[in-house]
Order: sequence, then C-alpha cells, then structure tokens
Amino acid sequence: MRFLFKTDYDQDIRLARHGGHVFWYSALMVLLVLSPWLLDEYMLAQLTMVLIYSVVGVGLMLLAGFTGQFSLGHAAFLGVGAYTQAVMTNAGIPFPVALVAAAALSAVVGVVVGLPALRVKGIYLGIATLAFGFIVEEVFARWESVTGGNAGLHVKAPAIFDWKLETATEFYFLCLAVTVLCTLAVLNLLRSPTGRAFVAIRDSEISAQSMGIHLARYKTLSFAISAAMAGLGGALYAHMIKFLSPDQFNIIQSIDLLLMVVIGGLGSVHGAFLGAIFLISMPQLISQVKDFLPAFIGQAPGLKAVIYGLVLIAFVLFEPLGIYGRWLKIRTWFSIFPFYRKGMFKRQKSFQKSDRLR
Amino acid sequence: MQILQLLVSGVAQGCIYGLIALGFVLIYKATETVSFAQGELMMLGAFCALALLTVLGFPFWIAVPSTIAAMGLFGLLVERAVIRPILGQPAFSIVMLTIGVSYVARGVVTMIPNLGTDTHMLPVPYNDAIARAGGLVIDIEQMVVIGVTAALCLALFALFRYTKIGIAMQASSQNQLAAYYMGIPVQRLNGLVWALAAAVAAIAGILLAPITFVHANMGLIGLKAFPAAVVGGFGSLPGAIVGGLVIGVVEAMAGFFLPEGFKDIAAYVVVLIMLMVMPNGLFGEKLRKKV
Repeated sequence: MRFLFKTDYDQDIRLARHGGHVFWYSALMVLLVLSPWLLDEYMLAQLTMVLIYSVVGVGLMLLAGFTGQFSLGHAAFLGVGAYTQAVMTNAGIPFPVALVAAAALSAVVGVVVGLPALRVKGIYLGIATLAFGFIVEEVFARWESVTGGNAGLHVKAPAIFDWKLETATEFYFLCLAVTVLCTLAVLNLLRSPTGRAFVAIRDSEISAQSMGIHLARYKTLSFAISAAMAGLGGALYAHMIKFLSPDQFNIIQSIDLLLMVVIGGLGSVHGAFLGAIFLISMPQLISQVKDFLPAFIGQAPGLKAVIYGLVLIAFVLFEPLGIYGRWLKIRTWFSIFPFYRKGMFKRQKSFQKSDRLR
Repeated sequence: MQILQLLVSGVAQGCIYGLIALGFVLIYKATETVSFAQGELMMLGAFCALALLTVLGFPFWIAVPSTIAAMGLFGLLVERAVIRPILGQPAFSIVMLTIGVSYVARGVVTMIPNLGTDTHMLPVPYNDAIARAGGLVIDIEQMVVIGVTAALCLALFALFRYTKIGIAMQASSQNQLAAYYMGIPVQRLNGLVWALAAAVAAIAGILLAPITFVHANMGLIGLKAFPAAVVGGFGSLPGAIVGGLVIGVVEAMAGFFLPEGFKDIAAYVVVLIMLMVMPNGLFGEKLRKKV
C-alpha cells in the first residue's frame, strides 16, 4: 500500500502523482515507440486505429464524461475533419496545415451546434446533435463537387511538399504524436480552472452557475474542443482508411463512439483509451468466435449488434464506471488487501435526479 | 389536387411518427427517461404479426390483438428486467441501456432463420386497395393508418381521463413521490406504461408494414419520431401526435417541392429550428427550475 505524504499544494494537481505513475507511463511510452518493430503489420494497423479512436474518444470524454453534455452526432465532427483533411491534402497542402484546418473547421461546426445547447439541455441536446448528424451526413452525400458524394473520395498519403509519410510506421508515429499531444492537452485542461468549471457544470448546472461560471461560454467551449479533437481524429482516420464515403459517418458511428466512452468508463481519461481498445478489438474477437457458433447465429448479420448491445446493457447495469472502474476496483482490492469491502464503490442510491420543474 | 394527395400521404406517414412519438412521451412522462428502443419495439411488433400470420397461419383478426398483447407483455418484461434496476441513475445511463436493447432486438431478429434477414410483405386484408374520391386516388392503407390513429387517440384519451388507472398514471407522472404517498403503486404503473408504449409501437408497426414492408431495419424510422416528440413538446401526449403530423406533412412537401435529398433531412431541419425558436415545443409548458 502506498501512502502519499503531501508537502506542497502543487502535488494535488501534478500530472504524475507519484513515482509509480512516472515509471509505468514511461514504460508504456517506450513500448509504444518500439511497437513498430515488435508488432507485425496487421497488429500495427490495429494499434494505429486504436490511437485514432483514442483521440476522438478523449475529446468525447471531455464533452460527455467531464462536462456532462451528450452528443449523439459526434460522427459528424469526425466526418468534417476527415473530409477537410482529404480535400486539402489532395490539393497538395502540407498535412500539418491541413490537420490544423480540419481541427479548426470542426471546432467552428462544434460551436454552431453548441449554440442550441445554450438553450436546451439533457435529452433535447442529444436530439439536436442527432438531427445535426443526419443533416451533415446528407450534406456529405449531396455536395458532390467537394466530397465526391456517395461514390466516395480517395485520400492521398500525408505529405509536406516532397516528403511523404507513406509507410505504416511513419504514419503510426504521426498518430502517436497527435494522440500524446491531445491527451496531455486534455489532462492539462482538466486541472486548470476551465476543466474544473466543466466538472462543476456536469455535477450541477445550478450550483455551477451560482459559483459564477458562465454556463453558455463553457458549454460552447467544451463543444468546440471536443469537436476539434474529433476533427483531428477524423483527419487521421481519412489517411488510415484512404477512402471516404458518407455512410462511414452515420448514426451507427456516432453511437459506436458513445459506446466507446460509456464502456471505457465515463469520467476518466483512461476510459477513452480502454474504450478504443474495446471498440477496435471487438470485431476481431467476434470473427474469432463466429466459427464455433451454430450457423444461423454465427452467420447472422446482426451478431455484432447483439454482442455490442449485450455488452452495453451489462456494463450499464453492473459496471456503470466502465472498464476503468473495474480496474480501479481490482487495484484497490490489491492495494488495501485484506480490507476491501463490498460496498466501497457502491453507487449511492440517489434521489431520482429530476429534471422536472414542479 | 396534387397538394391534397401529398397532404393525405404526409398525414398518414405523420400518424406513424406520431404513434412512435406517443411511446416516447408515455415513457418520458412516467419514468423521465427517453427510450431509444421505441422504433425497434415497432419492428418487433411487425415481425410478430408477420410470424403469426404467415408461419402459424392465424387469421388477421386474431393475429392483430395477440400481437398487441404479446408486445405489451414484452414491454412489461423489458421494464422489469433492465429499466427498473437502474431507475434513479443519470438519464443518460438509461438512454444507453435502451440503445443496447435496440441493438439486441435488431440483431436477434436477423438470427431467426428464413424470416429475419429478408424483406417481407405483411398479408393484410386491405393490401393495395385504392379508393377514388373525385380526382383523388387514395390508398386504403393510408386511410386505415389515419383512422386507426384517430381511434387510438380517442381510446388513450378515454383511458387517461376516465379510468382509475389512467388518472393514477397522470398523477405519478406529475409527481412520483406524492403519488407514492397517496398509495399509487408507482413501480407497477411504470411497468404498465412500458407495456402501453410497446403496444402502441406494435400497432404502429402493423400499420406501417403494408406501406414500407417488414425488415430488420424498419425500426430506424423511430429516429424520425424524436423530432415529432420535440416539436410537440416532449411531455405532451396530444403534442406527440400533432408533432408527428407536422413532421409527416413537412416531409411530404419537402419531397415534392425541394430538390432531392431534402426529404430525408426535413424532419431534422424542422426540429433544429424548433429547438432554437421554441425549445419547449408547441404544447410544452414553459417552466423554470426553482432552487
């Protein structure tokens, strides 16, 4: 068991709380840097996908897990980023510029969607983002001169003038760099006054407002940052997939993204990564077990949906803190052995938190 | 004359949206949660009717009531099994839960051999019948949709107005705690509300089936019922039907007057405008939270 002896207020907000953090995250970083030489090509591609989804997931986590605003149309931001990146790199613009532009454009779109969020909340916000997602998908399909419509759009490799990132390893390092930067940015944001304001809004809008937090400004800001990171993720996604079509950014994708943060564990940055690993590895696992099932179940097109649905139901019912919550419990069990009690992480039976107004 | 024709088909489509939205509103008023599984309940209802009619060979007039009863029971079961344990948790948990239920429902249907993966015709007695009135050509299917919706609205109105159970439902939807103190079995009522919502969804499914056919993804139409519920004001039962009609008519008009593509998103554009202009909907109450 580890005892932290705090001698300084800065220790409360330090990113690495103690030596263990420094050691394990450094080890993870070394492993990630070395992985192009440790993994085969297929696994490396999967890892790149996990990193890309992590960027999106961290952004969505900031919005859903820390600000308490739910977006059912996040795939739209992903799509805006992806198409911006595709159009700009195809026009020969250096990819760092395109990346920034993709993030910026997504952020602007996020602000536009965030505007109704100033007036509505809860489920209305969900429906507003849902509606927005459908509209953007339709725009992708109909604005054929830019997006190529339903026929799709090919994406060239990222390049700065003559220097191209063509191999999988180079692209992997690009994704790794973006992921690390985004994660550090979000972690930093969360320990700043802005991040505290987000958490306050999540916990109670009314008390946040009475503490002098400008609800509209912070909600819009959260939307913008979240959308920008979804845009960044989308830009990388465009290069990864190399072919964009509107149906990649539909409601199913939006729900998958939400599934990712809910299963990973709402309210923890780790959760975004764990959720991304879950989301990418699940289809592989399903195709592994498919052959052992009776034909009418194994070959059914809905098998994936059933498994996703069951996992989602199971997590909401039995492990609302997600995969990260489960890990916390296991860690606590070991670190305070033999004093772990069953009720330590028990959900408080709260009074029904009512949005009713009378 | 063409406008009138469009209006009729828009109203018929709107009735379907309205019926699904009715389910949302019923559940929202009772448990303050939004069910994303409503469209899938409708799909299950249609498949249930299909199985009874074609596989088991029931006559139509027996198949329909038994479908409605079966779906009501199913709604009761869903509420008991997955919704009740987490009541009182943040609303979003329940939303995710119902999304999970809808995924499972859609997937399980595709696993039914010979039935789930194909598109089917529901053999109803009024198939493809057409009535001519003046210069107007009217599908009987659409008239049935409108008629049944109107009858159902009357029945629900009577239920909520004149029966003890309906009044109890109203009471518990206004203030659960007070209703509980008055001796109303709130939890059992919540189960009944789910059953009612599922039954209404089943009716919507049977009505929609002759128009769009029966297939595993027909539940996605439920996503268009959200705009209907919002336009009507989320907490209002008549609002849901009116909202559905508005969405249906706007959609039909957009499909005719505007360029291709606008038909699919008309509902969402309407709801975004509505949220900006009148966030409480047409029939919503304007209240502010007191601290």
